[in-house]
Parts: sequence; C-alpha cells; structure tokens
Amino acid sequence: MMLRHNRSNKSNRTDTGVIELENVAYSYGGGELLSDITVKLAPGSFHFLTGPSGAGKTTFLKLCYGALLPTAGHVRVFGADVRTLERDQVALMRRKVGVVHQDVQFLDHLSVADNVALPLTVSGRHDEVAGPDLGELMTWVGLTDRATGLPPELSGGERQRAALARAVIMSPDVVLADEPTGNVDWDMSQRLLQLLIELNRMGKTVLLATHDLSLIRAAKAQVQARVLRISNRRVQLAGADL
Amino acid sequence: MIIGIRSIPALLKGDRQADRVVPPSGFTAQLTLFTSAAMAFLAVFALALSLASGRLAARWGEELAQTATIRIVAPLDQRAMQTAAALRVLETTPGVAEARALTDAEQQALLAPWFGQDLPLDTLPVPRLIEITSETEGFAPIGLRLRLTAEVPGAILDDHGRWRAPLLAAAQRLRLLGWGAAVLILAAVAAMVTLAANAALAANAQVIRVLRLVGATDSYIAQAFVRRFTWRAFAGSVAGVVIGLLAVWLMPTGGDGPGFLTGIGFEGAGWLVPLLLPFISGAIALVATAYAAGRALRTIS
Ligand SMILES: Nc1ncnc2c1ncn2[C@@H]1O[C@H](COP(=O)(O)OP(=O)(O)OP(=O)(O)O)[C@@H](O)[C@H]1O
Ligand SMILES: [Mg+2]
Repeated sequence: MMLRHNRSNKSNRTDTGVIELENVAYSYGGGELLSDITVKLAPGSFHFLTGPSGAGKTTFLKLCYGALLPTAGHVRVFGADVRTLERDQVALMRRKVGVVHQDVQFLDHLSVADNVALPLTVSGRHDEVAGPDLGELMTWVGLTDRATGLPPELSGGERQRAALARAVIMSPDVVLADEPTGNVDWDMSQRLLQLLIELNRMGKTVLLATHDLSLIRAAKAQVQARVLRISNRRVQLAGADL
Repeated sequence: MIIGIRSIPALLKGDRQADRVVPPSGFTAQLTLFTSAAMAFLAVFALALSLASGRLAARWGEELAQTATIRIVAPLDQRAMQTAAALRVLETTPGVAEARALTDAEQQALLAPWFGQDLPLDTLPVPRLIEITSETEGFAPIGLRLRLTAEVPGAILDDHGRWRAPLLAAAQRLRLLGWGAAVLILAAVAAMVTLAANAALAANAQVIRVLRLVGATDSYIAQAFVRRFTWRAFAGSVAGVVIGLLAVWLMPTGGDGPGFLTGIGFEGAGWLVPLLLPFISGAIALVATAYAAGRALRTIS
C-alpha cells in the first residue's frame, strides 16, 4: 500500500530539515505569541510539541503548513520559503504534508470513505480511490464499518482516525497532527499513537502537538522522539525530565 | 483570473468528481435558473423593440432624406409660368438630384380617391406638385425656401422632414433605449450571478477550507462553482429565449399598415440575434463566478 513508499529520505538531504523555522515570530495583531523560534525537523524524525493551552501549539503547526505566514523570520517547507510560494504551490506542498486539525472538518455531504480519499480526488488521482489502498487504509484506522456513513455520524475518536487516514492517504512526507488524541479515551489515544509511530517507522516525519504528557511518556518507550516545549513564547527542546 | 482561457473546454466538459465535492444546492440553483430565464425573456423583447425601431428609423430616414415636394399655389394663368420658374431654381440648387413636375394624369390619380376620376384639373386652381429627389447629402431647405419666396411667390416647399424628423428621432431613441435595456438586463444577470455565487461560496466556506487543507488548487475549487453557475445561467437563458421568441412570433402582425406596435418583432436574420443571449449569459456567469470565487478564495489560506 502507499504507506510503504518512502520518498522522504530520498528527496531530502539529511542536513536540511523537511520543515525549518528560522528566527520565526508570530503575532495575531497584539503582542508576539511566538518569538525567535529556530527549529528544524529532520526527515524521518518524530517530534512532540507541547505546552499549556493557549501557548501557541496550533499556531506553530499552522506556520508549518503555510496556513499562517510568520510575522518575522523564515519558514521553509521542503527547502522553499512559504512566503514566496504562490497559492498553487501551497496547494502542491499540502499534498506532501498531511495535516490532522485540532477541530477536524470534513465534507459532510460525502461518505467517510470519500472524505478519506478526498486528497486523491482533488489532485486528479481519483482512479486510485477504487484501488485496494483505500480499503487497506480504512482497515488500518479501524473504520471499515463506517466507510459508507456520513462524517456527522462519527464519534469524536472516529473523526480523528478518519482525519488521520485522510492525512496519510497521499503518502505525505510529513504528518502534522494537532491534538489527535484530544477527545478520545486512553486506549484509543494509544491506538492513534501506534498509527503515528507506524508511519514514522515507514520514514514519515511526524510532528504531534499534545498537552498529554503521559502520551509522550508512552511514546518514548517505542520511538526516538524529541519533545519541543513552548514556554514564554519560545520553543525549547525539553530534556528527558518529563 | 483563476480560470484561464485554456481551461474553458475542460470546464464545459465537466468533471463529475470535482462537482461532487461541492454540496448540491437545490433552492438557490432554481432561483438562478428562474432569474436568468426571466432576464432572457425580457431581453428578447428589448431586442425585438430595438431591431424594429431600427428598421423603422432606417426606412423613415431614407424617405426623408430623399424626397420633398413643392406646391405651386397660383391663379390658373400663372401656374405654368411659376412651375417653370420653380424648376429653374431647383436646377441650380445644390443637393437636388432631380426635380419633376407631376403631370395632370398623375395629379388626377392622386386626387381621384377624394374627388373621383372626372375632375377637370385644367379649369380648377389645383396646386401643381413638383417632386424633388435629393442627392444623398440632401439640400438646405431654408436656403431653398428663401430663394423660392424671392422668385416664385406661389411656391410652398413641403419638406417632409418637418413632420418626420421628430418621429425619426423618436425611433432612433427607441432603438437606443432597446439596446440600453438589453445591456442593463445582461448587467443584471452579472449582478444576480455574482450575488448567488457569493452566497454559495459563503455557505460553503467550510468545504473550501477542507479542500484547501487537503491540497486542492484554487482553480479546482473555483471550477466546481463556475461550472454550476455557467450552466444554470445558460440553461435558464435558453428557456427564457425560447418562450420570448414564441411570444414575439405569436404577436399579431398588422398587415401592411404602417403601425409601429404591429411591427415589433424580428425579420430575417434578426431572429438569430436572441439566440446569442444564452451564450452571452453563460459567458457573463462564467466571468462573474470566477471573479467572485477568486475573491472568496483569497481570504482562505
Ligand atoms: N485567529 C486568531 N486571532 C487572534 N488570536 C488568536 C487566533 N488564533 C489563536 N489566537 C490566540 O493565540 C493563542 C494561541 O492559540 P493556539 O490555538 O495556537 O494555542 P494552543 O497552544 O494550540 O492551545 P490549545 O492547547 O488550547 O489548543 C491563544 O491565546 C489564542 O487565543
Ligand atoms: Mg491548539
């Protein structure tokens, strides 16, 4: 299935990050929310992003996929400064960056399976939807039974799994997940974490925003993960002391 | 603009998948269809009006430019002399192509409807008529009138322009108004489609955000909207034009009378002009929707 392909390590030299932030600052209009942030996500790495509610985790992720432009500094995705990207180039970039939003949204008039396949549809690869990949992916996230249902019928955890499936169906090089375990119980959050760890083992770069420290501890046993912590408007690499 | 010229054939052909990503919109779709049908219906009448008044203006203008009459009102013994004098004046008047006194037989024919065939013209002081055919530029009626008063006291220049000119001006104005109305109607189609497209884009803001998030380009998203509105404006317009043409066709014609109202309608190739309306409406809808989509999409990263 498409998740087996591993393009990230081939297409990126190891010394450049898949996503790089250089002296980035961001402000919604008031004072600076994030200041002087320099972070590099190496290909194939696994990062957690943590910090108290309102610290700017979602903002940080939005900077990473060009939904927001930094008010100072540079954000480079696959080596290209997001500020210089045309809108169509942003669209192409997003096909290589799978995003799970904190408030996952779907096209409510299409079935769950169609929603998961949406990235293929909009990039002109709709014929692949009928292939075995979609079914395999739906099994992988445990949504085979819900495939023909509509998104509003899904539970919170099912929505987040569907969003994760949608984020990875294009076999992106990077997966950015914003609180993907936000409204699920411990078992389900473990399952979602397993999915992300599995993706990382296939070579995807993963950045997972969460304020759930026990989730981070659970992950550390299985994957070499780095923890970025936002505090006082800066991003610091947290030590082993969680 | 996000819809390039080259993408128009693909746009018209349609992409079933791209259409599906935007939810169907039953009621507003029907409103758009209905409004463009009504607009096309009105536009057919505006066109019929302006084409008819154009024909009328052309005919009147032609007659007006080309003929005038001089009446020689004089005692019987001076009539022939004054007629000859008037003809001499006309010979030297610039812009007059031909001047000819009507013969007794011709005048008899003109008067026959009122006085019967046996009118003794040579004994009655009936005015003699001189028919003037002018060159294309025409002559200056005021100058001619002055010369005639000086040399032919009994001559009265009957310049048809005196009474036809305002009619001609009215016909020309009517034609202009007809075209103006047609242009206004098409502008209203543009405004209506823009409003409907804006409403559809606003109602689908979440859909657009999701599509952008998963990597859809602006033109992909816009096409789904543009195709719908182009098609609705076109289809509605076809219906409106068909009904409008039928109504014009069924309008009673006034036989050979000169009535203006009975002349409203299309003649010959004129029937083809309204057939352009659906294509124009479709093109207007395409541009208006593409423009509205371009503006809406710019607000969503
Ligand atoms: N569009 C916006 N306009 C103005 N302020 C905003 C906007 N979005 C977020 N903020 C503010 O920026 C701050 C950081 O928001 P952000 O969503 O990045 O936090 P977060 O770390 O993701 O929080 P949480 O853990 O609750 O999801 C918050 O104080 C929020 O109110
Ligand atoms: Mg957040």
